[in-house]
Amino acid sequence: MPRLEDHCWSCSCASRIETKHSSGANWLAHKAEEMMSIITSVLSNAYGSLHDVRTANLIRRGLVLFTVGAFLALVLNLLQIQRHVTLFPEEVMATLFSSAWWIPPCCGTGAAVVGLLYPCLDSHLGEPHKFKREWASVMRCIAVFVGINHASVKLDFANNVQLSLTLAALSLGLWWTFDRSRSGFGLGITTAVLATVFTQLLVYNGVYQYTSPDFLYVRSWLPCIFFSGGVTVGNIGRQLAMGGVEKPHMD
Amino acid sequence: MTLREQLREKISAAFYRHGLLCASYPVPIILFTSASILTCCYPLLRLPLPGTGPVEFTTGVRDYSVPSHEPQGDLGERPDWYRGPPVAYIQQVLVKAAVSPWDSSLVTVDVFRSPLGRAFSLLEEIRNHVHSDSSGVRSLETLCLQVTDLFPGLRRMQSVLPEHGCLLVSPGNYWQNQRELFDSDPDLLKTIQKHEPQRPAHLDLLFGVPGKYTGVSHYNKKKVVTYTMTLVLSRYDARFLGSLRARLKQLHPSANCSLRDDHMVHVHFKEEIGIAELIPLVTTYIILFAYIYFSTRKIDMVKSKWGLALAAVVTVLSSLLMSVGLCTLFGLTPTLNGGEIFPYLVVVIGLENVLVLTKSVVSTPVDLEVKLRIAQGLSNESWSIMKNMATELCIILIGYFTLVPAIQEFCLFAVVGLVSDFFLQMFFFTTVLSIDIRRMELADLNRRLPAEAGLPPPKPGPLRTREAPPPPRPSPHTITLQTPAFRNLRLPKRLRVVYFLARTRLAQRIIMVGTVIWIGILVYTDPAGIRTYLAAQVSDQSPLGDPGGGGLPPHLGVAPVFRGGDPTSTLGINPAPAPTPIPDNQSQGHHGSSRVGPLPEAPPPSVPQITWGAEDEEGWRRLSFRHWPSLFSYYNITLAKRYISILPVIPVTVHLSPQEAIETRHPQDTKHPPPSIPKVAADIQTDLTLYKVAALGLAAGVLLVLLLFCLYRVLCPRNYGQNGVTHGRRRRGDLPCDDYGYSPPVSEISPLLLRGHSMDIECLASDGMLLASCCLAGQIRVWDAQTGDCLTVIPNHGLRRSSSSGCWEQRDGWESVSGAAETECLGSEAHGSSISGDGLSEGEGYPLRRRTAPSRPTLFTDQPDLTPLIDTNFADQPPSHLCTPPREGFDFGGLVERAYMEHEPPSPSAYPSPSSASSSPPSGAQLQRRPSLGDSSAFLTQDRASTAGTQATADWESSVWAMELRGNLIAAGRSSGKLELWDAVEGSLRCINEDGVSGITALAFLNNRIVAARLNGSLDFFTVEINKPLGLLQYRGAPGRGSMPPSPCYSSEDVISCQLTRSVQCAHQKPITVLRAAAGRVVAGSQDHTVRVYRLEDSCCLFTLQGHSGGITAIYIDQTMVLASGGQDGAICLWDVLTGSRVSHVYGHRGDVTSLVCTTSCVISSGLDDLICIWDRSTGIKLYSIQQEVGCGASLGVISESLLVTGGQGCVSFWDLNFGDLLQTVYLGQSSDGQGVRQLLVLDNAAIICDFGSELSLVYVPSVLEKLD
Repeated sequence: MPRLEDHCWSCSCASRIETKHSSGANWLAHKAEEMMSIITSVLSNAYGSLHDVRTANLIRRGLVLFTVGAFLALVLNLLQIQRHVTLFPEEVMATLFSSAWWIPPCCGTGAAVVGLLYPCLDSHLGEPHKFKREWASVMRCIAVFVGINHASVKLDFANNVQLSLTLAALSLGLWWTFDRSRSGFGLGITTAVLATVFTQLLVYNGVYQYTSPDFLYVRSWLPCIFFSGGVTVGNIGRQLAMGGVEKPHMD
Repeated sequence: MTLREQLREKISAAFYRHGLLCASYPVPIILFTSASILTCCYPLLRLPLPGTGPVEFTTGVRDYSVPSHEPQGDLGERPDWYRGPPVAYIQQVLVKAAVSPWDSSLVTVDVFRSPLGRAFSLLEEIRNHVHSDSSGVRSLETLCLQVTDLFPGLRRMQSVLPEHGCLLVSPGNYWQNQRELFDSDPDLLKTIQKHEPQRPAHLDLLFGVPGKYTGVSHYNKKKVVTYTMTLVLSRYDARFLGSLRARLKQLHPSANCSLRDDHMVHVHFKEEIGIAELIPLVTTYIILFAYIYFSTRKIDMVKSKWGLALAAVVTVLSSLLMSVGLCTLFGLTPTLNGGEIFPYLVVVIGLENVLVLTKSVVSTPVDLEVKLRIAQGLSNESWSIMKNMATELCIILIGYFTLVPAIQEFCLFAVVGLVSDFFLQMFFFTTVLSIDIRRMELADLNRRLPAEAGLPPPKPGPLRTREAPPPPRPSPHTITLQTPAFRNLRLPKRLRVVYFLARTRLAQRIIMVGTVIWIGILVYTDPAGIRTYLAAQVSDQSPLGDPGGGGLPPHLGVAPVFRGGDPTSTLGINPAPAPTPIPDNQSQGHHGSSRVGPLPEAPPPSVPQITWGAEDEEGWRRLSFRHWPSLFSYYNITLAKRYISILPVIPVTVHLSPQEAIETRHPQDTKHPPPSIPKVAADIQTDLTLYKVAALGLAAGVLLVLLLFCLYRVLCPRNYGQNGVTHGRRRRGDLPCDDYGYSPPVSEISPLLLRGHSMDIECLASDGMLLASCCLAGQIRVWDAQTGDCLTVIPNHGLRRSSSSGCWEQRDGWESVSGAAETECLGSEAHGSSISGDGLSEGEGYPLRRRTAPSRPTLFTDQPDLTPLIDTNFADQPPSHLCTPPREGFDFGGLVERAYMEHEPPSPSAYPSPSSASSSPPSGAQLQRRPSLGDSSAFLTQDRASTAGTQATADWESSVWAMELRGNLIAAGRSSGKLELWDAVEGSLRCINEDGVSGITALAFLNNRIVAARLNGSLDFFTVEINKPLGLLQYRGAPGRGSMPPSPCYSSEDVISCQLTRSVQCAHQKPITVLRAAAGRVVAGSQDHTVRVYRLEDSCCLFTLQGHSGGITAIYIDQTMVLASGGQDGAICLWDVLTGSRVSHVYGHRGDVTSLVCTTSCVISSGLDDLICIWDRSTGIKLYSIQQEVGCGASLGVISESLLVTGGQGCVSFWDLNFGDLLQTVYLGQSSDGQGVRQLLVLDNAAIICDFGSELSLVYVPSVLEKLD
């Protein structure tokens, strides 16, 4: 049953954040060591076969989060390639697949790490997240996140400051509406800062670049996107963690 | 009270009133709401329908000027997009050429070779046309749209499309516009078809007409070739075009051409949706669906889940529509892409409020009236709804001040949408909800109507309907909260899905509707759709429309000649301008259009005829609507959200002589005779198209079905009762209401609390009309079971008939009495005391006592005082009692039977002499536990002075262990072994019998007979005799429960005597724990693992039923002679009372079976393991079990065939027996914890009486009939 649920979840609703061109690589790098630590802990757990169920659960959640993250990255990346749509599907597909292949996996990994970190942090802090814990709310959160991305791409703002401020307000609103926990806020901020720094590094080293950078080398709205992405993935992760534990009561 | 609270109260009250209103007038309110929705949506009609089809707008040619960018005041019907210059002007020159007269010596290639050849000269003509007037000299080069490279990746097209120059498209492009190449081309058709298949075909692109109209094929029967030269102009110059038109008409006049040339059509193209945009869009929609799915899944406990989910979605959607409509009404034009922002709007508005409302309403008490339920549910949630809405409005308002136009617009829509959503929730959804709940109750009513006719004989279940389990049998009191279809547990899920589909024909209907919509959309969006098709049909049917096919109708041959006779020229035939041929290709502005001359040559009066019909006027309509976008897209020019202007077509008619045709022949042309089966080939061609279309349609249909199926699977919750046992096992902790974090609302009609007893209630008896209760203090109160009024108080101290005031008095009095009892050193205990010491160690005590047993009652007074010994017992026993039974706390006030079975005293139980006092010590040990609650009522005193009859004095010193109520007689069995009969109404002691000494542990009162089970295992049968002074025997109207004969009513004048008719001394080897009587049988269960069945009349033991491996703890017997017994071994046995055989034997509990109830179809048992098991009565198979909270009471009651009541901690719960679902929990008091319900009685009027500490609770089970005014 949990597997079914997860499956349903991963294929029916794709949501995750981290879309932007830059985010993927960034995630990959700065999450790598965290990932390693998690992997080692997972392995050690596996050795003590007592934790089989827990480990399996963890891996499953990680997979789901990875899928969601990768899919969202792909989809939201497409938002960037819009406008100059040609009438030739071949061309579009070519553009689609010619874009850097490493983005979705990176975003997926980042999503998995953040999504697993959130419930972990909750349990360590000892304040379980109780606010709006249901799938409908998670769906809403994802939709709002996609909407924020959509807005950042499509809306024409007078200047970049306005755009960034608007997006920041939207991100904060997302957090307030769906999270409202200090740990969530803190982790989101951390995620945003780390991811932005990493993106800066990537751009500085010439891996790719932005057409019109206005914040050192990147766009100034990037942190907002990262923040809201972190919160959204955290929401999913928490729900998954909860669903795994209290599956019988989920209905 | 703070302002906030005041506000909260006011809001709550307002919502309450509103809920009442909605539930009272559902139909008018729904009508009103629908009307307002329609009104608000009306402006939407003016908005263009979504779709990618181009939109047209027609203006006149004469006064045409390029529209300005700024919107003008008087726009009239001018569309929004008609601003600024178009991307391009399209000028088509439509050429119809034919070789005439047709000569039999000509071959089929001649049909199109020479006509096509004329394209080059025409092209030359057009290219070289120069118009000069006062403003300068203009040629095509200056006006036309200059194009550069083709889009990369289109190298294949390079050979046919022009690059770096004017965009001028004609069939000549196939040959690079070079006549030489054309002439040397051996096979024209091959060249043309080389580039097939392309979408749209090059053929269409270059010829400017759909391929099948060109006539370029071997099978052209009309022998007319049609093609266009398409000029794409970047600027509009009326004079140049006018002169060009005149020039071409002069050169190639069209005789009977009546095409109108005064309108130009502007075509606006919608945005193209590419895959890159489609994927995010689809993703958002998927998220939206998931959101809706997860939200509506939470709707529960309603009649129609689907209906309410639909209503919820409708609420949100129509609020969005209303919002758009309202905004349009007030002049705000939506500029955002509706499809894109729609999911976000839905998410922002959300379904939450609707769900919250539903949950709140369904968690109100079921027994309330619908109106009140709605009102209460609404008012419970009013505050949170208002708060949420205020918050959302604030957030959106903040968004409004970002001053970004798009966000502002979004916010505006969202605000209006929120408000209209609130409006709809309050009016539409609430009303729908009330209708739903009412339907639920009506369904219940229908189900129970048959039961009203007569008392329900347990009918065999009706034929099983295919989709449902046997409907709950007609019974007076049924609660059903959901349709059986959705809560069906027994059928496999697959079957239910199929049944559901079959029942509703949902799939078929959806597919039908979908297909119709789909076809409609196809017809609507396809420009080559039905309109042009019809037009073509009309013209085809006209005589001139289709001159081809076999021979020509005779009149066609002459028709074109006489222009007046052309039936298609309904538009009027202008006298054809007969321009004088101009030798050069230059026109002068002042005379360009004024020249009128005679026709240079008369059209040859022979076939083939070139006709001009209405369909030629706008021949481009027959092209695919992607024709122009694709043409422009080859040069990387997008037409999305822009428009082009199509100028009126210039008709050109070319007649060629056969000589000309022969001259232009290629040597190879004659070598290729036409295939002999042209028609078949042509048919195949058209057929292939047909098949393609059909296959496409089929594929689309299949796709639609699959899509719908997936949608259904997604929307249909996977676990509709799939694992019913888990449903059934739903614990108290996750009641439906708790799932969502709601505390159950305080019910408006709370259970009726009967207060008056000062201590915990111990015995409870009822005969349907009256209710007698006895508390630990020994006070008996009689209540009216209907109203809950206290009728009589039988005080334990003196015959003081007092009201409830006597609580403390009584207690004081009691203490004094008990004190007196102590000091008096009640002698009667003496004999037993010595034995009681032995009794603690049964092994040795037993034989000893057997020998000493035959002591006579007369010795009683000589026995020494036993009080100290009892005290010792008291001190010793409790620890062992406390640790052994798991639920000591509850047992203190419990039934005596319970006390026995759980704390089996290690006492001798079989004494040869029944009336011996030797049994009193164990009874003392028993009693001490109860007084330990705080009263010293356990002193066994015996008042030998009691007398019979009206002079009887009650024995206040011993406590009541068993009580029964029949008629208005209360039979009370005391610990002292006395049986007292009280008048329930007057509260007077009518009779007392003290034949027995051993305490009466259980009583059965049936038909003037009283059976008393005593502690020593004996059964005494008493007969109540009534000597009526007046000879009147009144029968009260109210019958006993079930089909028991009505109990006689004893009037106060009667002299009642109670005589011991028989005493079965050794009924059981050990104390009798349970005694039940029904249907003329008395069944006694004992600690000795056996059940004995006695006949009531003659006290004859019929059977001894053996089968349990533990003491009997529960027995059920009813009128239908069903006997079930449960024991300490956790086993349940079903017996046949007639034969004494065991029908079935099942183990269901870990621990004692605490109570047993049967319905006609199942057996319900509860055990010490807090499990309630439901067994099939005939097969003995466990249907399901309900895990209850730890420590909830073991009391059970069955109200009807499908309704089970259990007692819990401070509450009673109602369960649906058919599905094992918890229907409702009624909380008895504000403090729900603490007291548990230990005894539960179901009365005839569907009320439940349960004890609740020192109070009694009277809970009325909702009856639909009562609510139906």
